[in-house]
Amino acid sequence: MRIDYIGLSEINGPLVTLERVSDVGYDEVCEITLSTGKRRMGRVILLEGGRAVVQVFEGTHGISLENVSTRFTGRPMMLPLSREMLGRVFDGAGKPIDGLGSIFPQETRNINGSAINPVSRQYPRSCIYTGISAIDGMSTLIRGQKLPIFSGAGMRHNEVAAQIVKQARVGGDGGEFAIVFAAMGVKNDAAEFFRRDFEDAGALQRVVMFLNLASDPIIERILTPRCALTAAEYLAFTLGFHVLVIMTDMTSYCEALREFSSSKGEIPSRKGYPSYLYSDLASLYERAGMIKDCPGSVTQVPVLTMPNDDITHPIPDLTGYITEGQIVLDRDMDQSKLYPPIAVLPSLSRLMKDGIGKGFTREDHPALSNQLFASYAKVQEARALAGVIGEDELSELDKKYLQFGRLFEENFVKQQPDENRTIDQTLEEGWKALSVLPPDELDRIDAVLLKKYYAQEGAMALRGNI
Amino acid sequence: MGYTIHSVNGPVVTAKGGRTLSMLESVCVGNEALMGEVVGIRGDDAVIQVYEDTAGLRPGDPVEGAGSPLAVELGPGLLFNIFDGILRPLRALEAASGPFMARGTNIGALDREKKWDVKVLVREGDRIAPGTVYAECRETDLILHRCVSQSSGTVTSVRPDGLYTVTETLAEVRGPRGRTEALTLRQVWPIRTPRPVRGRKPIDRPLITGQRIIDTLFPVAKGGCAAVPGPFGAGKTITQHQLAKWSDADIIVYLGCGERGNEMTEGLEEFSELPDPRSGKPLLARTVLLANTSNMPVAAREASVYTGMTVAEYYRDMGYHVAIMADSTSRWAEALREIAGRLEEMPAEEGFPAYLPSRLAEFYERAGYMLTLSGEEGSVTVISAVSPQGGDFSEPVTQNTKRFVRAFWALDRQLAYARHFPAINWITSYSEYTDDLEPWYRERFGHDFADLRTRISRLLLEESKLMEIVKLIGADILPDDQKLVIEAARVVRLGFLQQNAYHETDTYVPLEKQKAMMEIILYLYDAAKALLDRSIPISQLRGTGIFDALIRIKYDVPNDRPGMLASYRGKIDDAVRGVLEANL
Repeated sequence: MRIDYIGLSEINGPLVTLERVSDVGYDEVCEITLSTGKRRMGRVILLEGGRAVVQVFEGTHGISLENVSTRFTGRPMMLPLSREMLGRVFDGAGKPIDGLGSIFPQETRNINGSAINPVSRQYPRSCIYTGISAIDGMSTLIRGQKLPIFSGAGMRHNEVAAQIVKQARVGGDGGEFAIVFAAMGVKNDAAEFFRRDFEDAGALQRVVMFLNLASDPIIERILTPRCALTAAEYLAFTLGFHVLVIMTDMTSYCEALREFSSSKGEIPSRKGYPSYLYSDLASLYERAGMIKDCPGSVTQVPVLTMPNDDITHPIPDLTGYITEGQIVLDRDMDQSKLYPPIAVLPSLSRLMKDGIGKGFTREDHPALSNQLFASYAKVQEARALAGVIGEDELSELDKKYLQFGRLFEENFVKQQPDENRTIDQTLEEGWKALSVLPPDELDRIDAVLLKKYYAQEGAMALRGNI
Repeated sequence: MGYTIHSVNGPVVTAKGGRTLSMLESVCVGNEALMGEVVGIRGDDAVIQVYEDTAGLRPGDPVEGAGSPLAVELGPGLLFNIFDGILRPLRALEAASGPFMARGTNIGALDREKKWDVKVLVREGDRIAPGTVYAECRETDLILHRCVSQSSGTVTSVRPDGLYTVTETLAEVRGPRGRTEALTLRQVWPIRTPRPVRGRKPIDRPLITGQRIIDTLFPVAKGGCAAVPGPFGAGKTITQHQLAKWSDADIIVYLGCGERGNEMTEGLEEFSELPDPRSGKPLLARTVLLANTSNMPVAAREASVYTGMTVAEYYRDMGYHVAIMADSTSRWAEALREIAGRLEEMPAEEGFPAYLPSRLAEFYERAGYMLTLSGEEGSVTVISAVSPQGGDFSEPVTQNTKRFVRAFWALDRQLAYARHFPAINWITSYSEYTDDLEPWYRERFGHDFADLRTRISRLLLEESKLMEIVKLIGADILPDDQKLVIEAARVVRLGFLQQNAYHETDTYVPLEKQKAMMEIILYLYDAAKALLDRSIPISQLRGTGIFDALIRIKYDVPNDRPGMLASYRGKIDDAVRGVLEANL
């Protein structure tokens, strides 16, 4: 028999305190019933003798010390799961909000998940083609990877994320795709943009949406990614889908965590964020991956807006230390209407090295991307110099680099939001841009590949230019 | 009446109800017997950090003390294996609970079933003391496992050589107080206590890594400590993997502390496939992997560095040279901070506890070149990655680490952006070991090794100064001798410092070839300088392509044929002669 506890002893922000409770476990979920009959959910976050501190997911407005009764459920937060989730819309705590009623669960799981044993992991090796050259060519997305988009307020990260979702294709042996979309503290417009976009692409039946909008309670926001990832793990490791998880915006999530931490009275660390921010983010990001002998995979593309475009801010900083690379968007490129505004140099995909090249994409891919990185880095130096002494005063070689830089940005990076390039097209654009540089500048490509691709494509580009 | 749980706050639990628990005692918490450790005692409250997720723990649940500090099992079977932060075997955990980690599975580190072919080395009546090797068995193709006694006494009975499991008695010893103790292959050691040695020996030989920038410019000694700090994406993990694969230590302890799960899987796969460069056996035959990934419990992450160090010391005591790769110690420091926060301790710099420097010092001081109790020489070398917040080296973990390590390989974001790997910045990095190791290099490579190193560093330093000017006015304005410095430094940077970890030849380069490469690059520099003295512009020599030929030496000359390098002198001479003739 479960006991109803009447009344509270303290209310502080989203937290309420109960006294003289017994037989309650840490992290246990409880139901709080208001005198109006409304029900809210909460979770135990601190136990001290008979005192329990509970965070209320929907917020504490309207709650007084007297007007509530609380019942503990004896279990942690669980999410009902079933194949029917595809095509449905849920709130941040996993309750259906599309008016189609609740789902009939095949099973329920603890939303906190548990760590994948490193020996059970399958090292990710096959790539996902996104049809975006700057990603496919330079920072290839790999199945089972976590590759965040580092953006800033007002930049077109949503368009990039939506394009990835629409165009994503599995390289190699194929398999079915599903998309889990978690919105955390985003504006209604942004959520609507994604919904419409999925609809236009005819993908809505493959999408599970978890929406916690900007006006929704912050505690629910802390649950949103956990619900989304639990659904993703179920789809991937039980049903065998290749799941792409889009989580936007991680910055709102971290701010919710900070708000919650400070109302709990914890000692803040950098910029007021709790000291466990790294561990907390890791408990989300590390849920990406593949498991041996399981057909599916969980690939994460979290989106975060860097406060003040600062990549050293704790949120992008800690994210970058956990994720396997990052796609960085650039304010200047965005302002000059260059789409996608992907800053190639700071972007990186750590798993790329094992998923490209011969047998995966094309033999010249590793060397070519390496060379493009190195040469484009020199473009930046030449531009800085041109800014001081003027372009006319530059050496011939530096001028060639400027030309290469323009070709690379205009033809390789730039593309239309609905343009889906094959990997061959992407690599070809890369070779075309390189063809304006003399061969002895291409120190990252060995002679065999250089002979095979550079001469051929170089001649072609020259013909095109003349 | 025993202890029971009073409060739960994340990984920190307090227990009440007794006065018997001691500091750092190992405890079992709750009905599932989760492992934990006492980290504080305040009156009747014992403060416990729990190594597993604490969800579901209730006030009133039992807490039991083990009567001893947190200790790990040591013995044959550690090599070729992968463990979590408190040395629980991950393969056995997988077999017990599937691909996701479950709680409360307490499995010992060593396989209880496996039989080892043991040779018992003591006879009845022998007196043994700490340091006596009482048995040995072949643990892997590469490593002979020696069981070193921790206690003293007289051997009263011995079993014959043969097949034994880790718990079967090999011999019995009567101690000084008359107590009889059974000697087995298995030993237990508390992780926070350094294992005793007879003494320290001076540091006098390098850890050869096959990485040019490390071996020649910033070497680390066997028994030394090196730190690899860098922002994310700068290549800390690749540097660690490269050292784990190629360095000439006998044993590698690879500690993934709060890092990515996929990286550990990659390491596990790579080390089981790649052959050891000296013996041809799989690298895993000399490697112990410890994986406490970032989403595994934070308290176990805090303990994992001590676990790793204890394993390293255990093999050191058998007379091996051990290198421990700790990736990353910043995650460890953050775990300290996280737990200190939960304990409501007063924070010092950036929220880290005030005892951060002393903890770091305790850890790094366990490294060293030692004379073991058995009279053998063994060493523990620490290579630790540091992940500074925002890539800013002025933060507390980097700064405090700098005080206790003597080699500092600073990874640079700009170099990484330009895909210059290893992205070790040659201006900000340093090694204090160069002087200690000077005699070793002199003995093997002659006096000129140090001279070559000095000349290469000077060239790079000069270039970096010139680059300040080039950034403002362009390279064309520079006089020819300065242009030559920039050209020659380019050859050093691209052809020598840059090293391709994924290239078959370039991934590991023996010292002989490293030295010959330096020689040939400086030979070109001198030859070009001679041309300058005749006022021949450097662009002419550049036009011959000799600079680029030198850059490609790393790929074109196989490691086992350093003789081929001599032919490059001829090529340089030819190029110079050609330019001279054209100017006649």
